[in-house]
Amino acid sequence: MTGRHTADVIVIGAGLVGACCALALSEAGMEVCVVDRRGPAGGTSAAGEGNVLVSDKLAGPELALALRSRRLWDELGSRLPLDFELEAKGGLVVGRDEEEMAAIGDLADRQAAMGVEVERLGPGDLARAEPLLAPDLAGAAYYPQDACLQPMLATAGLLAAADRAGARLMLGIEAAGGTARSGAGMTISTSAGVLGAGAVVNAAGPWSGEVARGLGSTIPVKPRRGSILVTEPLPLAVRHKVYEGDYVAAVVDDASSLACSAVVEATRSGTLLIGSSRQFVGFDATPDVGVLGELARRALRLFPFLSRVRALRTYSGFRPASPDHLPIIGADPAVPGLWHATGHEGAGVGLAPATAELIAALVTGTTPPVDPGPFSPSRFAPAPGARCNG
Amino acid sequence: MAEGQALRFTFSDRVLVGRAGDTVASALIANGIRSWRRTRRGGRPRGIYCGIGTCFDCLVDIGEEVAVRACLRPLQEGDRVAPSGSVGPAGP
Repeated sequence: MTGRHTADVIVIGAGLVGACCALALSEAGMEVCVVDRRGPAGGTSAAGEGNVLVSDKLAGPELALALRSRRLWDELGSRLPLDFELEAKGGLVVGRDEEEMAAIGDLADRQAAMGVEVERLGPGDLARAEPLLAPDLAGAAYYPQDACLQPMLATAGLLAAADRAGARLMLGIEAAGGTARSGAGMTISTSAGVLGAGAVVNAAGPWSGEVARGLGSTIPVKPRRGSILVTEPLPLAVRHKVYEGDYVAAVVDDASSLACSAVVEATRSGTLLIGSSRQFVGFDATPDVGVLGELARRALRLFPFLSRVRALRTYSGFRPASPDHLPIIGADPAVPGLWHATGHEGAGVGLAPATAELIAALVTGTTPPVDPGPFSPSRFAPAPGARCNG
Repeated sequence: MAEGQALRFTFSDRVLVGRAGDTVASALIANGIRSWRRTRRGGRPRGIYCGIGTCFDCLVDIGEEVAVRACLRPLQEGDRVAPSGSVGPAGP
């Protein structure tokens, strides 16, 4: 079976990251096959908020990737064959007191030095920007580049474009395991038989740790659950993505129990989405009333009018968390022919196009526009000769 | 109030009669009205779907209250029921 050739590249995962990779690799001239055990956007991509944010990134490599990705989303918005509701609604990071405002301003300064557009708003400007906010807030940082999109529509549009560029979709197919071939490439066994390719891209989100194990490698990706409350549709009441200043702290919080921070935004259909929470509970999808109550309490502190608004439903999803909160993008250090595009946690929608651009450049041996070094999967591999601490 | 006592209410400009113990939805259906709002985007007719307060399909506006679930709300004498704009309350 070593001679079997299904495609130049097999992408495992038809979520937003896999779909972006499929399009970028197809447009780079590769013959691409996308394999997914469910369907397009069947996991994490359908269970988030569609965030394309620069505001929540610390000044560092992830922000560089986010800024590049933000530009790529604009390009995709004008060329994908489907409207995916990309909207630069802008982000407002609000502070309750001077101490929070100092921390928000400090982060904003460091982000601005890397090219992020950010403006500080005092209480008066904040009330004009978002009239229904609680009146006692100290101010905000306003990020006009923050955007959102509808991830299921975006995934469908990306896959349609990849299909036009020659990619094949194999849905309902489970990748069970695989091995590197001598020479180059990999052979993988699936529920639809054995597939072979020069390269395999692991874009399986929170399941990418499992996929890596099946392919003879290990990457430290764990599922981290986020839950979201959905309100009844409202007249335009919340104009921006509005979140508490401690959201960034919650993103980088490693506590296994629970990190919560209010994030409130309106969708195009009029419902409000209220997040955000981050829990390490494996793949347990049981709704957690305590978490939902905490989200509601925090959202009420920002928008008191929500006390008169009903929640229609709730959903939760699993984000692919990496130990250092940086995505895992690049060649597997142990298995030749295996590439990873995962570990984005809650930022996968925003970072997907730039991730795919990196993967396409690395797989085809061209120079990527963003330094891939900080995202290399080899950062988790023990140095040669080093003692393994388990 | 005795079960079954007549209650007058209006739907849009029509004067209708329901019975004590009716929900707004059951009173509308008893008056032969099976659809009482249109979807916001597609303009498609909606009335009772789940009947137990979960689907939010049966919304009506009643007086100053907006987006009321007709299947849960007991009918009251004098209710002014109108097709809902299907959006909840906002504003100070």
